[in-house]
This record gives sequence, structure tokens and C-alpha cells, in this order.
Amino acid sequence: MLFLRQAWTIAAKDLRSEFRTKEALNASLSFALVILLLFSFAFDPTAEMTREISGGLLWLVFAFAGALLLNRSFARELENDCLDVLVVSPVPAAALFLGKALANYVLLLGIEAVCLPVFGVFYNVSWAGQPGWLALVVLLATWGITVIGTMFSALTVNLRLRELMLPMLVYPVLIPCLMAAMQLTTPLIAGQPPSGDQLAWVRMLVGFDIIFTALSVTLVETVLIG
Amino acid sequence: MNALAVENLWKYYGDYPALRGIAFSAAPGACVALLGRNGAGKTTLLRILAGLSKPTRGTVRVFGKDCLDAEVRRRTGLIGHGIGIYDELSAYENLRLFAALYGLADPRRAALEWLERTGLERVRDGLVREFSRGMRQRLAVARAFLHKPSLLLLDEPFTALDDRAIALLQGLLQESLAAGATIVMSTHQLREALELATHVVLIVKGRLAHSGERTAEMAADPGYLYRTYGES
Amino acid sequence: MKEKILYALGALAALLLARNIRVMLTGLPDEAFQGAIFRIIFFHVPAAFTCFLCFFIALIASISYLKSGKMQWDSLAVSATEVGLAFGAANLVSGMIWARIIWGIWWTWDWRLTSMLVCWLLYAGYLVLRRAVEEPAQRARLSAVLSILSFAVVPFVFFSIKWFRTQHPQPVLYGEGKMDAAYRAMLYGNWAPLLMLAAVLVMIRIGQENRRRELDALRREVHAF
Repeated sequence: MLFLRQAWTIAAKDLRSEFRTKEALNASLSFALVILLLFSFAFDPTAEMTREISGGLLWLVFAFAGALLLNRSFARELENDCLDVLVVSPVPAAALFLGKALANYVLLLGIEAVCLPVFGVFYNVSWAGQPGWLALVVLLATWGITVIGTMFSALTVNLRLRELMLPMLVYPVLIPCLMAAMQLTTPLIAGQPPSGDQLAWVRMLVGFDIIFTALSVTLVETVLIG
Repeated sequence: MNALAVENLWKYYGDYPALRGIAFSAAPGACVALLGRNGAGKTTLLRILAGLSKPTRGTVRVFGKDCLDAEVRRRTGLIGHGIGIYDELSAYENLRLFAALYGLADPRRAALEWLERTGLERVRDGLVREFSRGMRQRLAVARAFLHKPSLLLLDEPFTALDDRAIALLQGLLQESLAAGATIVMSTHQLREALELATHVVLIVKGRLAHSGERTAEMAADPGYLYRTYGES
Repeated sequence: MKEKILYALGALAALLLARNIRVMLTGLPDEAFQGAIFRIIFFHVPAAFTCFLCFFIALIASISYLKSGKMQWDSLAVSATEVGLAFGAANLVSGMIWARIIWGIWWTWDWRLTSMLVCWLLYAGYLVLRRAVEEPAQRARLSAVLSILSFAVVPFVFFSIKWFRTQHPQPVLYGEGKMDAAYRAMLYGNWAPLLMLAAVLVMIRIGQENRRRELDALRREVHAF
């Protein structure tokens, strides 16, 4: 119980900081919108093509924008040596990690919530055909991205080339999660409910989320305390 | 029971020993001045005491428990090189945050109390990034003492402080000592440190060169210690 | 003593390889559909086995390092990962040669080949991370954690790419069907010299890593004061 309260305190702190400055949020959101725009020039998709690439397009946008946002997660603590103070405090590293992951989750979901209607407008697509399923897929896959991104943010926090290293390390690990999200999202945006085959992707997402949350929570203390 | 007991402490960075067999102890109410040249191992030692780093060999016991124990962390206060407060939050929000993280029963009241003690109550809702340097330092001091720590770890605390902050810090340190806290302070400012110190630990190239009570000679002539026990 | 073992193992591997190649070229009949080039499978597949075995050894070494703090485990982890990457590259290149000859294209998004590529990129990241960390103990600790996370992703990579490919089929390099007994014997038979070669390379690399660490420590000692 105390653990959850501590995680919540950290999450609230991160969210308060971010909403006050909006640095990462603005950068990430602008980046997402620009990519959406660029893709429409790159492919100039017809209605049919859009239906086919919608899942891939959306999750690429979310992944790129997400990496930008998640990089800041632990890096923001380096100013004024706040990371040291947090690690020294009685808050366990696992609670610190979960708190940050929660804050990132909220921020990333917010960005996605803005991108979806923009996507609908730019590409002339009605995307809310299967709102329940779409919400489930978005919630599951975004948590996968968040957990991995936050963990790697902790891993690379003390490195010189942090901004370069994080994307390079994170994307291969995210491939299964992104692939599942893309495969599930494309038919959902077209309005079709998931077939039996596709439920396997949902199960994989759940497994991915559980395993990497467990691994990250276990390993984050090793990463933060030398 | 000793407040702090360090035994046979070794810290390796790869194959290179930064700390070699450090051993000393401190009773409640002791103020230990940790001296040594740059690179001797003072910061490494302090980081281990704070729980930021794990020893390769040896033990560190604080109040009889391992220094990574949550209960020990609750009673430890740290002033490191950085000030450790958030620029985007207000002074009040910062202190309330740390009070909550340290499990204080009433974080709001503690935050307000310490804003008053450090003379920052007028700017309590101002964002820290708009503060002057002196104000930030005082807030950092408030953060460290907020939870009434029994073990205080200070890494060159007097280096960047202005006069008002130094006076505030010295007052708080004396008050804590009188209340039975233990202080370990690494410093180059021998004069300020040796005034407060009851004990002295000198580290030379990772080894313990001297550990004992602060004597009159040391207080009178700060260089005495280095000449007697250390290298030139 | 250690050098003698290495030489012996290396010589044995070379002899076995020579014998195998002779058998491959003279002893085994051509495969029905793919012809002579099918023999490349005897290097292509064992290279993949060796690669993942090396990554598994790196995983064990990483966990052991985190538990014990002994730098020898870190040497084993990095050596096993590097050798694994080398064999992975061998698998990828032999796959590309094979695809070129059979299908006329350099790359086919065959699920096994694609999975190997993703895993290769994953572990290449491990090497890049190591380069970015100066201090040896921190480097060992962070790369150990990365090794654990990477190995955990590997099964997900294989499953997801395989399912993707069943939904979007592409040219496949070789089928799941039963292999002729003689072929299967050679497949595993050729794995033995490759394993020996991997062991030799890992041991050489470990020796190099230990010496480098010693030099680093001495340099620090000299420069510190």
C-alpha cells in the first residue's frame, strides 16, 4: 500500500512538472503531427491504401513520438542531481520506476488521443468503428511501449550519448509489441472486429506487458544503484 | 550502539580499487570531518554511505542495519554536489514532495514549517527556477533537514554557499548534533569543518590514513593533518 | 596449458570440418528441389543454433555477474555475445547467398531470417551500449541487464514474426518437412565443429578482455594520483 502511494507521489510529481513546462509534451506532439503529415506526402494514399496502412502508420507515429517523450523520463532528474536524492530517499527503486512509467503512460495516451482524430481528418478516415477493441489494443500496446521506454531511460540515464542510444536500443525490443498493435489496429480502424486468429496477438501483448513489467521492476534497482 | 560502523570497506571500479579497507565508526552526536585530496575517495565513500552505490567488499552498518535498508534511508539526509530540488516546482511543492517521500505524517505542515525556518515563506509559491542562488541553497538545506535525519551526509557543503546559507547550515548542524544526530561531512573548507567536527577521518589514495578525535592542533592549523598523516 | 587446449580444439574443429565438407561434396546426393546449393544448410542452420547458444551463455554469464560481482563473468558475457553475433552474421550471409541462388533475390522476408536479423540488431545494441560506458563495473552491470532484457525479447520476436508470416507469406528458404536421415546426421554433425570453433573464439576473446581490464586498472592507478 505504501509502495503504491509512493509510486503515485512520483507519478504526480512528474505529471505536475510536465504540465507546467510542457516541454516534452510539445516536442513529442509536434513531432507526431509532422510525421503524420510527412507520411501523407510520402505515400499520398488512396482510401483503400489508407485502410491497409492505418495500423502501421499510427503505431510508427506513436513509437517515434513515444521515444522522444520517454527519453526525458529519467533524464529530467539529472538537473540539480535530483536522481541521487530520489534514490537516497526511502522510496524503493521499483516504486520510482512504476511512478515514472505511470506518468509516461498518461502522457503517451494523451498524445495518442490527439493523434487519432488528426489522423482521421488528414487521411479522411473514420476510425471509431470498434471503439472498445481499439481502446483495449491502445491501452495494452501503449503500456508495452511505456514500460520498455521507461526502463531503457533508466538504463541510459548516466550515459553521454543518451539521446542517440535510447532509440537504437528500444526499437528492436519493441518490434513484437508494435507488430501486434499494427496487426490488430488495421482491421479495427476499418471497422472489423478481431478474428479468432488475431486474438493470439492480444494474448501476446498481454504476455509481453506482464513479462517486461516484471523484469523491469526487478532490474531497475540494479540499474540505478552502482 | 554506534550510529555508523564501517568495516573493511573496499570499492572496486573494474579492477581498480578506489577504496581499500576503510574502517571507522561514529557514535550518535559525533561530527566526522572527512578529509582528503581530490580523487582520494571521499565522494565514493559518501555515496556508499548514502546508498547510491554498493560496496564491493565489507560492510556499512547504520544504526545496526544495512545502509540500503528503508528504515535507515528514512533517517538519512543528503546534501550532495547538486542542490536536489526541482526547478519547475514551487518551493512549497518541493518540500511537500520530499516530506511525502520520507513518509512524514503531515507533509503540508512540515513544508510550511521549514519554509519559515529558512526564511522562504514569502516566496513559497514561486517556482524554484526564478530563485536567486542563495534562495535555492537555503531550500536545498531545508530539503535535507526536513525529515529530522539522524544521519547527515554532506559532500563539500560549504563550497557553493553564500554567507546567509552557511550560517543557516551551521546552525542546523549544531542543532542536529545536540539532538544526537551523526554527521559525516567531506570538505575542503578545513576551517569551517574543523570548527564543527568532533572527529576526523583522513583518506589518502583510497586508504584510511588517520581516524580519531579532532585535536586542538588540527583546529588551529588545518594543514597539520595533511603534513602529519598524509602525503605532502 | 590453456593455449594447448585451444590449439587442440581448433585443430580438431578444422579436421572435422574438412571431413564434413568432403562428405557433403561427395557422399550426399543432391536435394530433389534445390540442387547442389542445398548443402549450404549445413552451415546456415548450425550457425543459427550456435548463435543462440552463445546468447544463452551470455544470459547465464550476465545473471552470474549480477549475483557475484566477479568481472570474469562479464568477460564471458561480452565474449559470448560477440561470437554469437559473428555466427548470426554467418547465418544471415549464408541465407542471403542461398536466397540469391534459389530465388534470384538477395533478401527474402523468410520468418527465420527476419527473426535472426532482429535479434542481431538487438545484440548489436549490447555492443554499442558497452562502448558508451567508460567505467568497467558500471559497463558490466548495465550490459548484464540489457543482456537479460534482450534474451527475454527473443521468443517474442520469433513468435510475432512467425505469426506475421503465416498471415503474409513470403518465399521460404527451406520447409518444415522431414529431412532425409543422412542429411539430418550431417546437419547435427556439422554443428560439432562449429561449436568447437565458437568455444575457441570465446576463450581467445575472454583472454583479451581480461588483459584489457588489467591494463585499464593499471592505467587508472597511475593516473589517479
